[in-house]
Amino acid sequence: MTKQTNLHAKHLEAGAKMVDFFGWDMPIRYGSQIDEHNAVRTDAGMFDVSHMTIVDAKGEQAQAYLRHLLANDVAKLTVKGKALYSGMLNEEGGVIDDLIVYYFAQDDYRLVVNSATREKDVAWLNKQAEGFDVELTVRDDLSMIAVQGPNAQAKVQSLLNDNQKAIIADMKPFFGHQAEELFIATTGYTGEAGYEIIVSNEQAADLWQQLLNIDVLPCGLGARDTLRLEAGMNLYGQDMDETIHPLAANMGWTVAWEPADRNFVGRQALEAIRETNDMKLVGLVMEAKGVLRSGLKVTCDAGEGVITSGTFSPTLGFSIAMARVPKAIGDTAVVEMRKKGVEVKVVKPNFVRNGKSVL
Amino acid sequence: MSNIPAELKYTSTHEWIRHEGDGVVTIGITEHAQDLLGDLVHVDLPDEGDTFATGDDVAVVESVKAASDVYAPVSGEVIEINEDLEDSPELINSDAFGDGWLFKLKLEDVSELESLLDAEGYEGAIDEE
Repeated sequence: MTKQTNLHAKHLEAGAKMVDFFGWDMPIRYGSQIDEHNAVRTDAGMFDVSHMTIVDAKGEQAQAYLRHLLANDVAKLTVKGKALYSGMLNEEGGVIDDLIVYYFAQDDYRLVVNSATREKDVAWLNKQAEGFDVELTVRDDLSMIAVQGPNAQAKVQSLLNDNQKAIIADMKPFFGHQAEELFIATTGYTGEAGYEIIVSNEQAADLWQQLLNIDVLPCGLGARDTLRLEAGMNLYGQDMDETIHPLAANMGWTVAWEPADRNFVGRQALEAIRETNDMKLVGLVMEAKGVLRSGLKVTCDAGEGVITSGTFSPTLGFSIAMARVPKAIGDTAVVEMRKKGVEVKVVKPNFVRNGKSVL
Repeated sequence: MSNIPAELKYTSTHEWIRHEGDGVVTIGITEHAQDLLGDLVHVDLPDEGDTFATGDDVAVVESVKAASDVYAPVSGEVIEINEDLEDSPELINSDAFGDGWLFKLKLEDVSELESLLDAEGYEGAIDEE
Protein backbone atom coordinates (compact mmCIF):
# COMPACT_ATOMS: atom_id res chain seq x y z
CA MET A 1 0.00 0.00 0.00
CA THR A 2 1.57 3.27 -1.09
CA LYS A 3 1.36 6.33 1.11
CA GLN A 4 -0.47 9.45 0.01
CA THR A 5 0.09 13.09 0.87
CA ASN A 6 -2.81 15.34 1.81
CA LEU A 7 -2.69 16.75 -1.73
CA HIS A 8 -3.20 13.37 -3.39
CA ALA A 9 -6.79 14.14 -4.42
CA LYS A 10 -5.66 17.45 -5.95
CA HIS A 11 -3.12 15.60 -8.10
CA LEU A 12 -5.72 13.12 -9.36
CA GLU A 13 -8.16 15.98 -9.98
CA ALA A 14 -5.52 17.62 -12.20
CA GLY A 15 -4.99 14.42 -14.17
CA ALA A 16 -1.47 13.82 -12.91
CA LYS A 17 0.49 10.78 -13.99
CA MET A 18 1.33 9.13 -10.66
CA VAL A 19 4.32 6.96 -9.78
CA ASP A 20 5.51 5.05 -6.76
CA PHE A 21 8.28 7.22 -5.33
CA PHE A 22 9.90 5.23 -2.51
CA GLY A 23 6.52 4.12 -1.20
CA TRP A 24 4.66 7.38 -1.89
CA ASP A 25 2.11 7.74 -4.70
CA MET A 26 3.38 11.00 -6.21
CA PRO A 27 2.83 13.01 -9.43
CA ILE A 28 5.64 12.57 -11.98
CA ARG A 29 3.99 15.12 -14.29
CA TYR A 30 0.59 16.65 -14.92
CA GLY A 31 1.00 17.44 -18.62
CA SER A 32 4.28 18.16 -20.37
CA GLN A 33 7.27 17.87 -18.04
CA ILE A 34 9.17 20.44 -20.13
CA ASP A 35 6.30 22.95 -19.85
CA GLU A 36 6.38 22.47 -16.07
CA HIS A 37 10.15 22.98 -16.04
CA ASN A 38 9.85 26.15 -18.12
CA ALA A 39 7.10 27.54 -15.87
CA VAL A 40 9.54 27.44 -12.95
CA ARG A 41 12.31 29.09 -14.99
CA THR A 42 10.09 31.87 -16.35
CA ASP A 43 7.08 32.32 -14.02
CA ALA A 44 6.03 30.16 -11.06
CA GLY A 45 5.45 26.49 -10.45
CA MET A 46 4.62 24.45 -7.35
CA PHE A 47 5.55 21.03 -6.05
CA ASP A 48 3.96 18.84 -3.43
CA VAL A 49 6.92 17.93 -1.24
CA SER A 50 4.84 16.73 1.69
CA HIS A 51 6.50 13.33 1.47
CA MET A 52 9.65 14.86 2.91
CA THR A 53 10.18 14.28 6.61
CA ILE A 54 10.09 17.22 9.03
CA VAL A 55 11.67 16.62 12.43
CA ASP A 56 11.71 19.20 15.21
CA ALA A 57 14.64 19.01 17.65
CA LYS A 58 14.06 20.82 20.94
CA GLY A 59 15.74 20.76 24.31
CA GLU A 60 18.56 22.09 26.44
CA GLN A 61 21.17 20.19 24.40
CA ALA A 62 19.61 20.51 20.94
CA GLN A 63 22.60 22.44 19.67
CA ALA A 64 25.14 20.05 21.18
CA TYR A 65 23.23 17.13 19.67
CA LEU A 66 23.23 18.62 16.15
CA ARG A 67 26.91 19.56 16.41
CA HIS A 68 27.56 15.87 17.12
CA LEU A 69 25.16 14.59 14.43
CA LEU A 70 25.97 16.78 11.42
CA ALA A 71 29.11 17.34 9.34
CA ASN A 72 28.26 21.02 9.02
CA ASP A 73 28.28 23.08 12.21
CA VAL A 74 24.98 24.51 13.50
CA ALA A 75 26.98 26.81 15.77
CA LYS A 76 27.34 28.97 12.62
CA LEU A 77 23.62 29.70 12.97
CA THR A 78 23.03 32.69 15.21
CA VAL A 79 20.27 34.62 13.47
CA LYS A 80 16.73 33.37 14.08
CA GLY A 81 15.32 31.56 11.05
CA LYS A 82 18.68 30.96 9.34
CA ALA A 83 19.02 27.62 7.54
CA LEU A 84 22.02 25.38 6.90
CA TYR A 85 22.58 22.54 4.42
CA SER A 86 24.45 19.56 5.82
CA GLY A 87 25.30 15.93 5.30
CA MET A 88 24.58 13.43 8.04
CA LEU A 89 27.40 10.87 7.97
CA ASN A 90 27.93 7.36 9.27
CA GLU A 91 31.06 6.39 11.19
CA GLU A 92 32.79 5.46 7.91
CA GLY A 93 32.21 8.95 6.49
CA GLY A 94 29.48 7.83 4.05
CA VAL A 95 26.42 10.02 3.59
CA ILE A 96 23.30 8.72 5.38
CA ASP A 97 21.32 11.68 4.06
CA ASP A 98 21.54 15.36 3.21
CA LEU A 99 19.21 17.76 4.97
CA ILE A 100 18.34 21.33 5.81
CA VAL A 101 18.31 22.51 9.41
CA TYR A 102 16.54 25.72 10.48
CA TYR A 103 17.68 27.55 13.62
CA PHE A 104 15.18 29.25 15.90
CA ALA A 105 17.14 29.17 19.16
CA GLN A 106 19.92 27.07 20.66
CA ASP A 107 17.26 24.77 22.08
CA ASP A 108 14.95 24.84 19.05
CA TYR A 109 15.72 23.57 15.51
CA ARG A 110 13.80 22.07 12.62
CA LEU A 111 15.25 19.46 10.24
CA VAL A 112 13.90 18.57 6.80
CA VAL A 113 15.21 15.21 5.57
CA ASN A 114 14.51 13.09 2.50
CA SER A 115 11.49 10.83 2.19
CA ALA A 116 13.29 7.92 0.54
CA THR A 117 15.49 7.57 3.62
CA ARG A 118 12.83 8.30 6.24
CA GLU A 119 12.96 5.08 8.28
CA LYS A 120 16.73 4.86 8.56
CA ASP A 121 17.04 8.62 9.16
CA VAL A 122 14.59 8.65 12.03
CA ALA A 123 16.25 5.55 13.54
CA TRP A 124 19.68 7.22 13.22
CA LEU A 125 18.46 10.53 14.67
CA ASN A 126 17.07 8.69 17.68
CA LYS A 127 20.15 6.52 18.14
CA GLN A 128 22.49 9.50 18.06
CA ALA A 129 20.24 11.39 20.50
CA GLU A 130 21.08 8.96 23.31
CA GLY A 131 22.79 10.82 26.10
CA PHE A 132 21.60 14.25 24.91
CA ASP A 133 18.83 16.27 26.51
CA VAL A 134 16.89 16.68 23.27
CA GLU A 135 13.38 15.79 22.19
CA LEU A 136 12.74 14.77 18.57
CA THR A 137 9.27 15.06 17.05
CA VAL A 138 8.43 13.79 13.56
CA ARG A 139 5.86 16.25 12.23
CA ASP A 140 3.47 14.05 10.28
CA ASP A 141 0.78 16.66 10.97
CA LEU A 142 2.46 19.00 8.44
CA SER A 143 2.46 19.21 4.64
CA MET A 144 4.91 21.08 2.47
CA ILE A 145 4.49 22.96 -0.83
CA ALA A 146 7.46 24.42 -2.73
CA VAL A 147 6.56 27.44 -4.88
CA GLN A 148 9.46 28.29 -7.18
CA GLY A 149 10.23 30.68 -10.02
CA PRO A 150 10.90 34.38 -10.70
CA ASN A 151 7.26 35.28 -9.92
CA ALA A 152 6.81 32.77 -7.08
CA GLN A 153 7.43 35.09 -4.15
CA ALA A 154 5.14 37.84 -5.45
CA LYS A 155 2.38 35.34 -6.14
CA VAL A 156 2.62 33.79 -2.67
CA GLN A 157 2.71 37.23 -1.04
CA SER A 158 -0.54 38.14 -2.80
CA LEU A 159 -2.24 35.44 -0.70
CA LEU A 160 -0.88 36.66 2.65
CA ASN A 161 -2.26 39.14 5.15
CA ASP A 162 -0.33 42.26 6.18
CA ASN A 163 1.07 40.69 9.30
CA GLN A 164 2.39 37.65 7.44
CA LYS A 165 3.86 39.88 4.74
CA ALA A 166 5.65 41.95 7.38
CA ILE A 167 7.13 38.81 8.98
CA ILE A 168 8.69 37.59 5.74
CA ALA A 169 9.52 41.00 4.25
CA ASP A 170 13.17 41.29 3.17
CA MET A 171 13.83 37.66 4.09
CA LYS A 172 17.21 36.73 2.62
CA PRO A 173 17.89 33.39 0.88
CA PHE A 174 18.09 30.38 3.18
CA PHE A 175 15.86 31.65 5.96
CA GLY A 176 12.52 30.48 7.32
CA HIS A 177 9.96 32.19 9.54
CA GLN A 178 6.68 31.14 11.09
CA ALA A 179 4.10 33.57 9.68
CA GLU A 180 0.95 32.74 11.64
CA GLU A 181 -0.20 29.29 10.43
CA LEU A 182 2.41 29.06 7.67
CA PHE A 183 6.13 28.37 8.00
CA ILE A 184 7.65 30.16 5.00
CA ALA A 185 11.27 29.58 3.93
CA THR A 186 13.44 30.97 1.15
CA THR A 187 14.84 27.54 0.38
CA GLY A 188 14.31 25.39 -2.68
CA TYR A 189 15.62 22.78 -5.07
CA THR A 190 15.38 24.51 -8.44
CA GLY A 191 17.97 27.30 -8.65
CA GLU A 192 15.17 29.91 -8.70
CA ALA A 193 13.87 32.25 -6.04
CA GLY A 194 10.75 31.10 -4.25
CA TYR A 195 9.37 29.74 -1.01
CA GLU A 196 9.02 26.39 0.63
CA ILE A 197 5.85 26.56 2.70
CA ILE A 198 5.05 24.24 5.57
CA VAL A 199 1.33 24.12 6.35
CA SER A 200 -0.98 21.94 8.43
CA ASN A 201 -2.35 18.84 6.69
CA GLU A 202 -5.87 20.27 7.06
CA GLN A 203 -5.01 23.50 5.23
CA ALA A 204 -2.74 22.04 2.54
CA ALA A 205 -5.36 21.41 -0.16
CA ASP A 206 -6.87 24.86 0.36
CA LEU A 207 -3.47 26.56 -0.04
CA TRP A 208 -2.76 24.46 -3.16
CA GLN A 209 -6.10 25.56 -4.64
CA GLN A 210 -5.41 29.23 -3.84
CA LEU A 211 -2.08 28.92 -5.67
CA LEU A 212 -3.81 27.24 -8.63
CA ASN A 213 -6.27 30.13 -8.73
CA ILE A 214 -3.43 32.62 -9.26
CA ASP A 215 -1.87 30.54 -12.05
CA VAL A 216 0.92 28.79 -10.23
CA LEU A 217 1.48 25.68 -12.36
CA PRO A 218 1.57 22.29 -10.59
CA CYS A 219 4.84 20.52 -11.40
CA GLY A 220 5.75 16.89 -10.89
CA LEU A 221 8.83 15.00 -9.79
CA GLY A 222 10.04 14.87 -13.41
CA ALA A 223 10.44 18.65 -13.64
CA ARG A 224 11.81 18.73 -10.11
CA ASP A 225 14.62 16.45 -11.24
CA THR A 226 15.56 18.42 -14.39
CA LEU A 227 15.43 21.69 -12.41
CA ARG A 228 17.63 20.49 -9.56
CA LEU A 229 20.11 18.94 -11.97
CA GLU A 230 20.41 22.18 -13.96
CA ALA A 231 20.96 23.93 -10.62
CA GLY A 232 23.72 21.44 -9.76
CA MET A 233 21.98 20.16 -6.64
CA ASN A 234 22.59 16.61 -5.49
CA LEU A 235 19.91 13.95 -5.29
CA TYR A 236 20.39 11.51 -2.45
CA GLY A 237 20.60 7.91 -3.68
CA GLN A 238 21.99 9.01 -7.03
CA ASP A 239 24.79 11.49 -6.52
CA MET A 240 25.73 10.18 -3.08
CA ASP A 241 24.73 7.50 -0.62
CA GLU A 242 26.12 5.63 2.39
CA THR A 243 29.03 4.30 0.33
CA ILE A 244 30.05 7.76 -0.94
CA HIS A 245 31.74 10.36 1.24
CA PRO A 246 30.95 14.08 0.90
CA LEU A 247 34.33 14.95 -0.64
CA ALA A 248 33.46 12.86 -3.73
CA ALA A 249 29.96 14.35 -3.91
CA ASN A 250 30.67 18.09 -4.18
CA MET A 251 29.76 18.41 -0.49
CA GLY A 252 33.22 19.28 0.79
CA TRP A 253 32.01 22.84 1.40
CA THR A 254 29.38 21.50 3.82
CA VAL A 255 31.95 19.84 6.08
CA ALA A 256 32.93 22.19 8.91
CA TRP A 257 36.46 21.08 9.88
CA GLU A 258 36.85 23.96 12.31
CA PRO A 259 36.77 23.98 15.26
CA ALA A 260 39.08 20.96 15.13
CA ASP A 261 37.84 19.60 18.46
CA ARG A 262 34.23 19.19 17.28
CA ASN A 263 34.07 15.44 16.94
CA PHE A 264 31.02 14.98 14.65
CA VAL A 265 29.96 11.49 13.54
CA GLY A 266 32.23 10.35 10.69
CA ARG A 267 34.92 12.95 11.35
CA GLN A 268 37.70 10.50 12.09
CA ALA A 269 37.06 8.45 8.95
CA LEU A 270 36.69 11.57 6.84
CA GLU A 271 40.00 13.02 8.03
CA ALA A 272 41.76 9.91 6.73
CA ILE A 273 39.77 9.97 3.49
CA ARG A 274 40.73 13.61 2.96
CA GLU A 275 44.40 12.61 2.71
CA THR A 276 43.85 9.99 0.01
CA ASN A 277 40.67 10.99 -1.84
CA ASP A 278 41.20 11.15 -5.60
CA MET A 279 37.57 11.45 -6.78
CA LYS A 280 35.26 14.43 -7.21
CA LEU A 281 31.82 15.28 -8.60
CA VAL A 282 31.83 17.34 -11.80
CA GLY A 283 29.34 18.51 -14.39
CA LEU A 284 29.30 17.16 -17.94
CA VAL A 285 27.89 18.90 -21.00
CA MET A 286 27.10 17.22 -24.32
CA GLU A 287 25.89 19.49 -27.07
CA ALA A 288 25.54 16.66 -29.61
CA LYS A 289 22.29 14.71 -29.93
CA GLY A 290 21.49 12.24 -27.21
CA VAL A 291 20.98 12.25 -23.47
CA LEU A 292 23.55 11.39 -20.81
CA ARG A 293 22.07 8.91 -18.32
CA SER A 294 23.05 7.80 -14.83
CA GLY A 295 25.26 4.73 -14.74
CA LEU A 296 27.13 5.48 -17.98
CA LYS A 297 30.90 5.10 -17.82
CA VAL A 298 33.12 8.20 -18.12
CA THR A 299 36.69 7.80 -19.34
CA CYS A 300 39.53 10.31 -19.16
CA ASP A 301 43.34 10.20 -19.12
CA ALA A 302 43.28 10.06 -15.34
CA GLY A 303 41.04 6.97 -15.23
CA GLU A 304 37.39 6.06 -15.10
CA GLY A 305 34.30 7.52 -13.51
CA VAL A 306 30.53 7.22 -13.64
CA ILE A 307 27.55 9.45 -14.39
CA THR A 308 25.48 9.77 -11.21
CA SER A 309 22.64 11.87 -12.69
CA GLY A 310 21.98 12.78 -16.31
CA THR A 311 19.17 14.37 -18.26
CA PHE A 312 18.18 16.61 -21.13
CA SER A 313 18.33 20.22 -19.98
CA PRO A 314 15.18 22.00 -21.19
CA THR A 315 16.69 25.41 -20.43
CA LEU A 316 19.93 24.78 -22.35
CA GLY A 317 18.53 22.53 -25.09
CA PHE A 318 21.16 19.80 -24.72
CA SER A 319 22.18 17.13 -22.28
CA ILE A 320 23.87 17.69 -18.93
CA ALA A 321 25.02 15.34 -16.19
CA MET A 322 26.82 15.03 -12.90
CA ALA A 323 29.61 12.48 -12.73
CA ARG A 324 31.95 11.14 -10.08
CA VAL A 325 35.37 11.10 -11.75
CA PRO A 326 39.11 11.18 -10.97
CA LYS A 327 40.12 14.56 -9.50
CA ALA A 328 42.79 14.92 -12.21
CA ILE A 329 40.22 14.95 -15.04
CA GLY A 330 40.85 17.56 -17.77
CA ASP A 331 38.45 19.77 -19.73
CA THR A 332 36.98 16.90 -21.72
CA ALA A 333 36.12 13.24 -21.20
CA VAL A 334 34.50 10.43 -23.17
CA VAL A 335 31.17 8.84 -22.31
CA GLU A 336 30.22 5.48 -23.72
CA MET A 337 26.72 5.82 -25.21
CA ARG A 338 24.96 3.21 -27.29
CA LYS A 339 28.30 1.47 -27.93
CA LYS A 340 29.98 4.67 -29.16
CA GLY A 341 32.40 6.95 -27.33
CA VAL A 342 31.12 10.52 -27.27
CA GLU A 343 33.26 13.48 -26.20
CA VAL A 344 31.77 15.67 -23.48
CA LYS A 345 32.89 18.88 -21.80
CA VAL A 346 33.80 18.82 -18.12
CA VAL A 347 32.47 21.78 -16.12
CA LYS A 348 31.61 22.72 -12.54
CA PRO A 349 28.43 20.93 -11.42
CA ASN A 350 26.23 23.99 -11.90
CA PHE A 351 24.46 24.75 -15.16
CA VAL A 352 21.56 27.20 -14.69
CA ARG A 353 20.80 29.87 -12.10
CA ASN A 354 17.84 32.25 -12.06
CA GLY A 355 16.73 31.20 -15.52
CA LYS A 356 20.13 31.71 -17.17
CA SER A 357 22.97 29.48 -18.28
CA VAL A 358 26.06 29.75 -16.10
CA LEU A 359 28.21 27.66 -18.44
CA MET B 1 -7.47 5.32 -22.30
CA SER B 2 -5.51 6.81 -25.16
CA ASN B 3 -6.74 7.22 -28.69
CA ILE B 4 -6.31 4.18 -31.01
CA PRO B 5 -7.59 5.02 -34.52
CA ALA B 6 -9.49 2.10 -36.06
CA GLU B 7 -8.08 2.60 -39.58
CA LEU B 8 -4.43 1.96 -38.57
CA LYS B 9 -2.43 -1.21 -37.97
CA TYR B 10 -0.20 -1.69 -34.91
CA THR B 11 2.59 -3.71 -33.33
CA SER B 12 2.86 -4.79 -29.71
CA THR B 13 6.03 -2.61 -29.57
CA HIS B 14 3.85 0.50 -30.08
CA GLU B 15 4.47 1.37 -33.73
CA TRP B 16 1.49 2.35 -35.89
CA ILE B 17 1.30 1.69 -39.65
CA ARG B 18 -0.93 3.37 -42.22
CA HIS B 19 -1.20 1.87 -45.70
CA GLU B 20 -1.21 4.78 -48.16
CA GLY B 21 -1.85 2.49 -51.19
CA ASP B 22 0.67 1.44 -53.82
CA GLY B 23 2.57 -0.58 -51.23
CA VAL B 24 3.69 2.52 -49.28
CA VAL B 25 3.20 2.71 -45.51
CA THR B 26 3.63 5.59 -43.06
CA ILE B 27 5.00 4.58 -39.64
CA GLY B 28 5.01 6.30 -36.28
CA ILE B 29 4.76 5.53 -32.57
CA THR B 30 1.38 5.43 -30.86
CA GLU B 31 -0.14 8.00 -28.57
CA HIS B 32 0.18 5.45 -25.77
CA ALA B 33 3.93 5.11 -26.50
CA GLN B 34 4.55 8.87 -26.43
CA ASP B 35 2.61 9.06 -23.17
CA LEU B 36 4.85 6.40 -21.64
CA LEU B 37 7.98 8.23 -22.81
CA GLY B 38 6.99 11.78 -21.90
CA ASP B 39 8.46 14.82 -23.64
CA LEU B 40 10.50 13.77 -26.69
CA VAL B 41 13.81 15.62 -27.11
CA HIS B 42 15.62 13.80 -29.94
CA VAL B 43 14.66 11.58 -32.84
CA ASP B 44 17.21 9.57 -34.84
CA LEU B 45 15.70 8.63 -38.19
CA PRO B 46 17.09 6.31 -40.89
CA ASP B 47 18.31 7.62 -44.25
CA GLU B 48 16.21 7.51 -47.37
CA GLY B 49 17.16 4.44 -49.38
CA ASP B 50 17.99 2.31 -46.32
CA THR B 51 16.31 -1.08 -46.33
CA PHE B 52 15.11 -2.95 -43.29
CA ALA B 53 13.72 -6.37 -42.44
CA THR B 54 10.81 -6.82 -40.05
CA GLY B 55 11.98 -6.34 -36.47
CA ASP B 56 15.18 -4.40 -37.30
CA ASP B 57 16.05 -1.27 -35.26
CA VAL B 58 15.12 1.57 -37.57
CA ALA B 59 15.02 4.67 -35.42
CA VAL B 60 15.52 5.92 -31.88
CA VAL B 61 13.14 8.21 -30.06
CA GLU B 62 14.56 9.79 -26.92
CA SER B 63 12.62 11.57 -24.21
CA VAL B 64 13.68 13.36 -21.06
CA LYS B 65 13.12 10.03 -19.35
CA ALA B 66 14.50 7.36 -21.71
CA ALA B 67 15.69 6.37 -25.17
CA SER B 68 13.59 3.82 -27.01
CA ASP B 69 14.23 1.87 -30.22
CA VAL B 70 11.67 1.89 -33.00
CA TYR B 71 11.44 -1.43 -34.88
CA ALA B 72 10.51 -1.98 -38.52
CA PRO B 73 6.96 -3.39 -38.38
CA VAL B 74 7.35 -4.69 -41.96
CA SER B 75 10.20 -5.12 -44.46
CA GLY B 76 10.95 -2.42 -46.98
CA GLU B 77 12.92 0.58 -48.19
CA VAL B 78 12.79 4.03 -46.58
CA ILE B 79 11.41 6.47 -49.14
CA GLU B 80 10.75 9.51 -46.96
CA ILE B 81 11.53 10.70 -43.43
CA ASN B 82 9.76 13.36 -41.36
CA GLU B 83 12.41 16.08 -41.37
CA ASP B 84 10.31 18.36 -39.14
CA LEU B 85 11.15 16.09 -36.21
CA GLU B 86 14.80 17.20 -36.27
CA ASP B 87 13.85 20.58 -34.82
CA SER B 88 10.46 19.70 -33.36
CA PRO B 89 10.49 16.23 -31.77
CA GLU B 90 7.54 17.39 -29.63
CA LEU B 91 5.29 16.87 -32.68
CA ILE B 92 5.27 13.21 -31.60
CA ASN B 93 3.80 14.26 -28.25
CA SER B 94 1.25 16.65 -29.67
CA ASP B 95 0.13 14.63 -32.72
CA ALA B 96 1.45 11.05 -32.61
CA PHE B 97 -0.79 9.79 -35.41
CA GLY B 98 -0.46 12.86 -37.62
CA ASP B 99 2.37 15.42 -37.77
CA GLY B 100 4.46 13.19 -35.53
CA TRP B 101 4.89 10.42 -38.14
CA LEU B 102 8.46 9.09 -38.42
CA PHE B 103 9.12 7.67 -41.91
CA LYS B 104 7.59 6.01 -44.95
CA LEU B 105 8.52 2.57 -46.25
CA LYS B 106 8.02 1.00 -49.66
CA LEU B 107 6.88 -2.51 -48.79
CA GLU B 108 8.58 -5.60 -50.12
CA ASP B 109 5.51 -7.73 -49.53
CA VAL B 110 2.12 -6.12 -49.02
CA SER B 111 0.77 -9.31 -47.44
CA GLU B 112 2.99 -8.63 -44.39
CA LEU B 113 0.40 -6.03 -43.33
CA GLU B 114 -2.03 -8.83 -42.57
CA SER B 115 0.11 -10.09 -39.72
CA LEU B 116 -0.08 -6.74 -37.86
CA LEU B 117 -2.47 -5.99 -35.03
CA ASP B 118 -5.71 -4.12 -35.64
CA ALA B 119 -6.91 -1.44 -33.21
CA GLU B 120 -8.73 -3.96 -31.04
CA GLY B 121 -5.72 -6.26 -30.95
CA TYR B 122 -3.43 -3.38 -29.95
CA GLU B 123 -5.80 -2.25 -27.22
CA GLY B 124 -5.70 -5.80 -25.88
CA ALA B 125 -1.89 -5.75 -26.01
CA ILE B 126 -1.56 -2.56 -23.98
CA ASP B 127 -4.18 -3.68 -21.48
CA GLU B 128 -1.93 -6.62 -20.67
CA GLU B 129 1.04 -4.38 -19.83
